[in-house]
Amino acid sequence: MVRNATWGTKVADGALIAFMVLISLTCFFPLLHNLAISFSSPAKATGGFVTIFPQDFTFASYEKLFEDSTFFRTFFVSVERVVLTTILSFFVSLLMAYPLSRTNRDFALRNVYMWLLVFVMMFNGGLIPFYLIVKQMGLMNSFWVLVLPMIVNVFNVILIVNYFRGIPKELDECASMDGAGPWYKVFRIYMPLAMPVLATTTLFLIVNIWNEFMTGMIFMRNIEDAPLQTYMQQLVVRIDPNLLKTVDDVKRMASVSDKTLSAAKIFVSMLPIMLLYPFLQRYFISGITLGSVKE
Amino acid sequence: MIRRWSEQVHYNLMLLPGIVLVLLFSVWPMGGIILAFKDFSPTKGIWGSSWVGWENYELLFDTPVAMQVFTNTVVIALMKMTIGFVVPIVFALMLNELRIRWFKRTMQTIVYLPHFLSWVLIAGILRDMFAIDGIVNEWLHSQFGLEPTMFLAEHFWFRTIIIGSDVWKEFGFGTIVYLAALTAINPSLYEAAEIDGASRMKKLRYITLPGIVPMIVLVGTLSMQNVLNAGFDQIFNLYNTLVYDSSDIIDTYVYRAGLEEGRFEIATAVGLLKSAISFVLVVSSYALASRFANYRIF
Repeated sequence: MVRNATWGTKVADGALIAFMVLISLTCFFPLLHNLAISFSSPAKATGGFVTIFPQDFTFASYEKLFEDSTFFRTFFVSVERVVLTTILSFFVSLLMAYPLSRTNRDFALRNVYMWLLVFVMMFNGGLIPFYLIVKQMGLMNSFWVLVLPMIVNVFNVILIVNYFRGIPKELDECASMDGAGPWYKVFRIYMPLAMPVLATTTLFLIVNIWNEFMTGMIFMRNIEDAPLQTYMQQLVVRIDPNLLKTVDDVKRMASVSDKTLSAAKIFVSMLPIMLLYPFLQRYFISGITLGSVKE
Repeated sequence: MIRRWSEQVHYNLMLLPGIVLVLLFSVWPMGGIILAFKDFSPTKGIWGSSWVGWENYELLFDTPVAMQVFTNTVVIALMKMTIGFVVPIVFALMLNELRIRWFKRTMQTIVYLPHFLSWVLIAGILRDMFAIDGIVNEWLHSQFGLEPTMFLAEHFWFRTIIIGSDVWKEFGFGTIVYLAALTAINPSLYEAAEIDGASRMKKLRYITLPGIVPMIVLVGTLSMQNVLNAGFDQIFNLYNTLVYDSSDIIDTYVYRAGLEEGRFEIATAVGLLKSAISFVLVVSSYALASRFANYRIF
């Protein structure tokens, strides 16, 4: 349909588009700025000359980045952590969601489990008891402390449960008639049908795990065993707050850091997520909508 | 009937790994909250330490820092909530007015991006931008001749940056639910309005806006549960001693008191208080959401 656009409408549309372009630039600016710094010479970068275009273009900081073995060690710790946690979480959540999506009549203990999960979603012991208990379990400095606590995400499980409940009951009954047991039904019927919501929860989990730095910070003594974000936190951000007492201290700390190298590391740490999410965007939009709108 | 019983066993087996993890990492630590009522001695452990009743809380409320940390948390969280509530609505309505589809989709992809990046890295970039020799100071100097400001070391600017950067990071992602609600509006309403000669503003006022009101109510009520969540990751990675007075929040205080200073029982007491109030907030926000927006979690 061709709208008979008046002059006023055209101006309004133009202004809107201009404003939108401005907003998207604002969203991108800090990232572009960081990228530009990473490709600039240290001299230009420290003077505040770099905006979104590199000054004195150079790969020097990326060459230096390759010499930082800790960066790559922690990078691979993060990759291992993400892969392992995601796979385990995928199956654990799937297996939790199926029985919980049954009715009370089909599964007697359903409500008991459900209330337990909802309770732990709303109430927790807090940081210190968690820390002490994990220590007591002997998981200090262990890779498993990075994996195990993140496997069950109650909110994700509930999203999958809700999705399962939307799948017609007749399908389940037909499968039972044909002799399918619960395990067969989970993996051969429910899992393929629930791919949109499973992709969504998996994406969010990947992002969560990749970005998490706290566990590594409090449980790992050696930075080499910690995930990338913990390393980045120490490197780029963490200046022991107790050392900074005066304004001069803050100034001094700011000037000794290697700006361009940090910028390169920040960019490389962001890259996996930036590359991943646009492909999964269509899934998470439908997944969120499914999770929030109920009949 | 017999088949049903055999299924029960399988159902329980399926739930087993998940429930074990929940018991280990969520339920067991809940036992640790008794530390809030004990005088912790590392040699005796959590259970062996002696009881002191409400002493830790009395100590806590005698120190001025408790009130300050609590106020900071609520003020920062409320400001983030209100601004972060309005901006996505306005932005979703503007996106909805765009007619070029590819442009709309590109916009969406771009504004979602910051949500997926970690506060550690964003904080790294922000620290650099707002540093004394950073781009913000440089720009203000060249444009207005202003003297460099220590943005992250001044109470007012620090809070402004905290709130601003949070809105910047999350507003795009916040639009998703509204965009979904907007696509659910019946197009024939617009056609009818057009025949009646409604202007663009009229359509926005009488069709589009009422169409997303349920979602606005839902998001508003659910956001209530975050009154005590001012954003640990963000503040922890941006703050410094100079701005503790205005920006130290419950979560950062718990971390410092507990894990840096080793005052486990005080930190547990603060954490327990936060968990308890948060629990009430979460339950009431869900109650309100189910009442006003017909929302149920399962």
